Amino acid sequence: MKVVYPREDFCVQCYLCQVACVVEHSQSKNVINAYFRENLRFTERCSVYAEGPVSFSLMCRHCTEPECLEACKNGTLYRDEEGRVLVNPEKCVGCWMCIMACPYGVIKRRQLETRRIAHKCDLCPESEIPACVRACPNGALLFEDRGERNDEVRARW
Amino acid sequence: MLYNSPYDWYYDFTVERDYDRCIRCLACVTQCSYEATRYDEERDLVYTLDDHCVGCHRCDAFCPTDCITVRPTERNVRPNNNWSPVHVKALYKQASTGAIIVTGMGNNKPFKNYWDHIVLDACQVTNPSIDPLREPMELRTYLGRKPDNINAIDPRAKASLKTTLGPQLILEVPVMFTAMSYGSINYYVCESLARAAVEVGTYWNTGEGGLPRSLYQYGHRTIVQCASGRFGVSPEYLNAGAAIEIKIGQGAKPGIGGHLPGNKVLKRISETRMIPEGSDALSPAPHHDIYSIEDLRQLIYALKEATRYEKPVAVKIAAVHNSAAIASGIVRAGADIVVLDGFRGGTGAAPKVIRDNVGIPIELAIAAVDQRLREEGIRNHAALVAAGGFRDSSDVIKAIALGADAVYIGTPALMTMGCTLCMQCPTGKCAWGITTNDPKLMKRVNPDIGAERAANLLKAWAHEIQEMLGLMGINAIESLRGNRDRLRGVGLEDWELEILGIKPAGA
Repeated sequence: MKVVYPREDFCVQCYLCQVACVVEHSQSKNVINAYFRENLRFTERCSVYAEGPVSFSLMCRHCTEPECLEACKNGTLYRDEEGRVLVNPEKCVGCWMCIMACPYGVIKRRQLETRRIAHKCDLCPESEIPACVRACPNGALLFEDRGERNDEVRARW
Repeated sequence: MLYNSPYDWYYDFTVERDYDRCIRCLACVTQCSYEATRYDEERDLVYTLDDHCVGCHRCDAFCPTDCITVRPTERNVRPNNNWSPVHVKALYKQASTGAIIVTGMGNNKPFKNYWDHIVLDACQVTNPSIDPLREPMELRTYLGRKPDNINAIDPRAKASLKTTLGPQLILEVPVMFTAMSYGSINYYVCESLARAAVEVGTYWNTGEGGLPRSLYQYGHRTIVQCASGRFGVSPEYLNAGAAIEIKIGQGAKPGIGGHLPGNKVLKRISETRMIPEGSDALSPAPHHDIYSIEDLRQLIYALKEATRYEKPVAVKIAAVHNSAAIASGIVRAGADIVVLDGFRGGTGAAPKVIRDNVGIPIELAIAAVDQRLREEGIRNHAALVAAGGFRDSSDVIKAIALGADAVYIGTPALMTMGCTLCMQCPTGKCAWGITTNDPKLMKRVNPDIGAERAANLLKAWAHEIQEMLGLMGINAIESLRGNRDRLRGVGLEDWELEILGIKPAGA
C-alpha cells in the first residue's frame, strides 16, 4: 500500500507539513480558522525532527505488522480494508500502550474536551494524496508504494 | 545595546508581521539563515531583528498564512540628490569595518539598458510570417570554428564533405548555463544545471571549481573551465567535458581574481579543487603564464593537445574598452569560441565598486566585436557567445541579431531555483540554499525540482524565440545571426546606433 516516506536529504524543516495536516483535519479547512477558532494548534499528526543539518518529518508507517495494534487492549486501533492503521476515537481510553509500543514514536496524545485519546496519521482519507505530501515545498515527502513492508524504512535510516 | 552605530541604524528592510494571522508554526524562524527572525518561547511570540534582515523573502515565501511583509525600511538616510542611500550606507559600513564591501549578483546601477531601446521587425503583407506550430523552426546552433569554404565531393550523391570541420558544440537552444563554480554554488545546484542541460540539449559550465567525480556522467553536456587558479584541472577533467573554456575575465569583476573563503572549502570541494581542506581558494587576477596573445595561443594549443584536438576551446573575456581588438587576437590565437561577459554579469563575490563601475555593456561589445571580426574576415573562425544580464528571450534574440551565436545565462538559472537577488552570495548563508555549502541550507535545493525548473525556463525561452523568429519570417536561428537589419533603435543617440550598427526606428 501507499504510505508517506520522508527524505531527510531534502527536508528543509519548514513545518509546512504540520500546518497542512492541521488544516486538512479541521472543520473549516482554512488555516486561520483552524488555528484560531477551532484551536487545533499542536494537533498535527506528523512531527518534524531536526538536529543540525538533519531533519525529516515523520508520521505513522502503517506497519504491515503494527506493534501498536498488538498492544491495544480494547480494539481502539484497527486496520481498515486498505491497510491503514487507524484510531477509533470512541473506544480509546488513553492508556497509551500504543505509544509505548510504537517503535517510531509517531502516536501522539490529543486533548479532547473531557478526555485524552491516541492521535495519529490517517493518510488523509478525504484526499487522494495526503496533505503533508502536497504541502511539502521541496519534495521531501513521497507518497508511494514501495512493495515492501512499510516499516522497513527503518533499516535505511 | 542602547547605542547603535549609524551603519546598524540605517538597515535596509523592515519585516512586518500581522499577529492576528501568525499561527507560530515557526516556518519563518527555521528558514531565516541570517538569524533575523526568532522565536521567544516564553512569550510564545515570533519576532524579527530588522537590522539582520537582508530582504531575501524566504520567510514570507514560506509563511502559510501570508502574515509577513518584507518592505524597504521607511526610516532611511536623509534624502540628498548627490548622496544616495546606497552611498551613505556603504560609507558608514566602511567607516566601521575599514574593509572592501563585497557583494554578489550583477551590476546594480541604473545604467542604460540597450536591450530596452532595441525593437524587432515583423513581417506584414509583402513577406509572409511563419507559424512555428505548423512549420519546422530550427534553433540548433553549432559553436566552433567554421571553414572558410566548403568542398563537397559529389552534391548528387549522399551529402559528404571533403572539408574537415573542427569540433563543434551542438545546442538545441542557443542558451547555455554560464560558469558558476562548484563551491560558489553547491553540489545540488551544479547537478540541477547539469541535468537541465542534458534534458534540453545545451551545455552547463563548471566554472573554475573543477568537476565533482559524480557529475562526470553529464560530461557530454559540460564545458570545463580552466581559470587562473587552475583549480581541479587535470587531463581527466579536461577530457571529461565537451569543450574547454579558458577564463581570462568575468563581467562582474574584470581584471581581478576570485576568492573562495576557506570556510567554504569543505571535504568534497577540496577534493574537486585539489587544494587542502579549509584553505582559501585564491585565483590570481591574471593567468601567470599569459601576458600576451602569443602566451594565450600556447595555452589554447596545450589544451587542444591534451584533448587530441577533439574539443573546441573557448576563451572568455570581460567586455572592456578594447574588446574588439582583444577578441581579434583571441581568434587568431586559435580559440574556437570567444565568450564576452558584459558588465551586468553576475558573480558570487566581487567588490561592489568593481561590480558597479568596471566594464562595458554587453550590447555594445557584441556589436563591436562582431563588426571587427567581420571586417577582418575571421568571423567564421570562432563562434561568439555573449553573457551578462540576459533577462528574457527577447534579450537573447536581440543579442543573436546583433551578432552573437549563443548566450550564457547565470542569474536567471539560479532564479529558477529560488534566487531572489538579495546579493548575499559571498556570505555563504544563502537562505534559498544556492550559494551555500552549509549542509543544512544546501538541501533546500532539490535537484529533481531544480533541474525541472531550469529546463522549463530554457524550454519556455525556446518557444518564445521560435515565435519571434516566425514573426520575422525566419525559419532558422542561423538566418538571424548578425542580421542587424531586423533591429531598430528607439531613443538612442547617433553614436550608439553607429556602434550597434542598427538604424533608428522609422528608418
